[in-house]
Amino acid sequence: MDLKEKLVSSFMAFEDGLDLDHPVHEERSNAMKNFETKGFPTKKDEAWKYTSLRGLQKVDFSIFPKHETTLEYKDVKKYFLHEIDTYKIVFVDGVYSSYLSETTHDGVDICLMSSAFSKPMFQQVIEVYFNKAASKDESLTSLNTAFSKEGAYIYIPKNKMPKKPIQILHLATGNEAALMLQPRNLIVAEDNAEVQIIERHQSLTGNEVFTNSVTEIFAGKDAIVDYYKVQNDEPTASLVDNTYISQKRSSVVRVHTFSLGGKLIRNNLNFYQNGERIDSTLKGVTILGDKQHVDHHTLVHHAQPNCESHQDYKGIFGDSSTGVFNGKIIVDKIAQKTDAFQQNNNILLSDRSTINSKPQLEIFADDVKCSHGCTIGQLDEEAMFYLRSRGIPKKEAKALLMYAFANNVLESVRIPELKARINKIIADKLGVRMGFDL
Amino acid sequence: MAYTEEELKKELETKEYEYGFYTDIESDTLPKGLNEEIVIAISKKKEEPDWMTEWRLEAFRAWQEMEEPEWANVTYKKPDFQDISYYSAPNKKPKYNSLDEVDPELLETFKKLGISVDEQKKLAGVAVDIVMDSVSVATTFKKTLAEKGIIFCSISEAIQEHPELVKKYLGTVVPKKDNFYAALNSAVFSDGSFCYIPKGVRCPMELSTYFRINQAGTGQFERTLVVAEEGSYVSYLEGCTAPMRDENQLHAAVVELIALDDAEIKYSTVQNWYPGNDQGKGGVFNFVTKRGLCEKNAKISWTQVETGSAVTWKYPSCILKGDHSIGEFYSIAVTNNFQQADTGTKMVHLGKNTKSTIISKGISAGQSQNSYRGLVQVNSRAENARNFSQCDSLLMGNRCGAHTFPYIEAKNKTAQIEHEATTSKIGEDQIFYCNQRGIDTEKAIALIVNGFSKEVLNKLPMEFAVEAQKLLEISLEGSVG
Repeated sequence: MDLKEKLVSSFMAFEDGLDLDHPVHEERSNAMKNFETKGFPTKKDEAWKYTSLRGLQKVDFSIFPKHETTLEYKDVKKYFLHEIDTYKIVFVDGVYSSYLSETTHDGVDICLMSSAFSKPMFQQVIEVYFNKAASKDESLTSLNTAFSKEGAYIYIPKNKMPKKPIQILHLATGNEAALMLQPRNLIVAEDNAEVQIIERHQSLTGNEVFTNSVTEIFAGKDAIVDYYKVQNDEPTASLVDNTYISQKRSSVVRVHTFSLGGKLIRNNLNFYQNGERIDSTLKGVTILGDKQHVDHHTLVHHAQPNCESHQDYKGIFGDSSTGVFNGKIIVDKIAQKTDAFQQNNNILLSDRSTINSKPQLEIFADDVKCSHGCTIGQLDEEAMFYLRSRGIPKKEAKALLMYAFANNVLESVRIPELKARINKIIADKLGVRMGFDL
Repeated sequence: MAYTEEELKKELETKEYEYGFYTDIESDTLPKGLNEEIVIAISKKKEEPDWMTEWRLEAFRAWQEMEEPEWANVTYKKPDFQDISYYSAPNKKPKYNSLDEVDPELLETFKKLGISVDEQKKLAGVAVDIVMDSVSVATTFKKTLAEKGIIFCSISEAIQEHPELVKKYLGTVVPKKDNFYAALNSAVFSDGSFCYIPKGVRCPMELSTYFRINQAGTGQFERTLVVAEEGSYVSYLEGCTAPMRDENQLHAAVVELIALDDAEIKYSTVQNWYPGNDQGKGGVFNFVTKRGLCEKNAKISWTQVETGSAVTWKYPSCILKGDHSIGEFYSIAVTNNFQQADTGTKMVHLGKNTKSTIISKGISAGQSQNSYRGLVQVNSRAENARNFSQCDSLLMGNRCGAHTFPYIEAKNKTAQIEHEATTSKIGEDQIFYCNQRGIDTEKAIALIVNGFSKEVLNKLPMEFAVEAQKLLEISLEGSVG
């Protein structure tokens, strides 16, 4: 039985445990119908030209983990950003772990989707926001919507700001030989609210994991949302991360994606600007080796005048790794005075690595400033020589240059501890010890 | 006289296609429709050898299995391939030694186009192989070229007289099953040009062909094959205008360039087919496959100025097979009213130390859609490949669109690829500056557009550059941003 059939048939079992009269349920069944018609995307779809999910579909994933697992904090501490105090929403094999989490309802709601779905006090928010930004057409998003049950629920009311950053951590224990996870997150920052979120998916063993995650982010007027995605998973973990962001007037949303490990990562990052003077930032650092594959698909839809978007993706590809960047900017007719910038720089370190880049512009307004730049090259030999002539060994010199290359993106991380953490991951990856903080 | 925006818009809308006239020459036309008999009939009419007929039939069979491509960013009513007559040749096919013998009506046509054969002959020293509805009716300067060993004739003549060359090279760069339109062309191509430059010869003049679509309801399927032997050089010009027609006309040409070791081919195109009226009705469909193959140290340079056609679907490409080979692509695409253009290039780097440059300028006005679609591919064995791409778009008004779809694929770590794209509009301050100095808005726009396109215009041979500049002005008249 292939994965699609399995998912379709297990949907009924999934429905059994749910309140079928709940308004969300109709969304689920519609989404399931869409997935049933469309199936998994194939390489024939333009958006999946360079990324194949065929291998994953052959794996016999268990869709509902059989039993709960408890983990000791000390065993998983290293996956937390433990240097600072944070709210934590932790899931173990897709099930909420109250033991590892730290949630709150004090002024802001930082809790679970399952409680948001079931408790009447959240009903209104769910009705207004749930599945309103996510695509109803894209098949993997539909698949997630169909199975949407658990995930992080973050609601920041007007003029509020949580006291500390929020960590969302998805852990996979490896109790199942192969596990499929479908977390669904909803993040709402009302007018003038501010929030910082760090998200991480982590597999604890070498067992196969396939995560198909959907996150919807709504930023109200003047709201500020900082979202950091840390993707440094085991080489057996695959992730399809669909993020949909809907912004209102003068809001600022910044998404940083650090793709440093995993088997196959596909990021679908979609920004919809529904107001004037919006600022959207999309940045990413990708450092890959082995046979890893990372695909960044971004979309910024400028639908209103006087907005800005900034994209900056840096990629370093070694061994037999493959990188894909597909950035799309759409500027509607009325979106005059748009300032859209997109940059994608890549370094290939090995003869077997591949990069496919497709920076795309679709522009219908005439008074705009839109540009994109894309480069593929290697480390500057002269710079390398300069460093080595000053006694820096080759490996360190290479690492330094790679740091410098990625630094533009790292610089704009607004949580210093996170920046340090990512620097450390990068240093580990490059096999060097950096004697300083960047 | 200063124009207001409204007046200009009005004038633009009423701007008639200047070259819209129809020459009444009796034609020998095959019935509409396409099947194996028609393919055989075309081949028979052209008195082709058996291998050629077989080649066409193979292409036709492949075509039947294929589907029309839909990935391009254009929308149009698909042509009914059974409602097209696939062959039309001017009835009299006399061989002239001098221009006086040419049908005066035909000469009149060219005069209207502003391209007088004898004038070109005298002033520019250009040999003109005039293709009028598919069959070549006048070839000049053949003698001069023959002395150098250069073969420049119609492809049907080449099939008769130089079968070994045609057999060797035809379909090697654009295989007959390459794509839907290339297969169609391979099956039914009526005529085209053939050019062969022997080893070490530098072609002393610019070679040019003027294509015209003339007969109502006839598709035009040109086939061009240019072979440059080792160390040779040729500059080939191609220019097109078409009479006004209400029905959509289909043009599916195939151009193949082969540059052997150390050879250089420069291929320039000015395309000004009927773009349809201001309601978007009519106009030529231009689905062209152009591709060049570079051997060691060879260079192919494509330059194009695209101002006409209702729908353009065209990607002149270079396969950089040999080490140290160079591919270049310079393009200006102008769209106005309801025109749609999806054009760009493919640079496939296979050899070591290969270089490619892409400069594309898109100008959209009215309600047109202008897309750049390009591929830069560096294969794993292409050490030290280098590419630079620049795509600039200029938008006039907010009813048009400019799009860029660059595909960049690198499989070699020594590759150096740069891609840049910008989108902008004509600045009010620039227009104001010109107005202030007594240059009216229309002239100012022509001036600015010319400046914007200069990098590409500069690449055109002299006589073409002048014509192209004129074309730009005509196509953009009145479209104030």
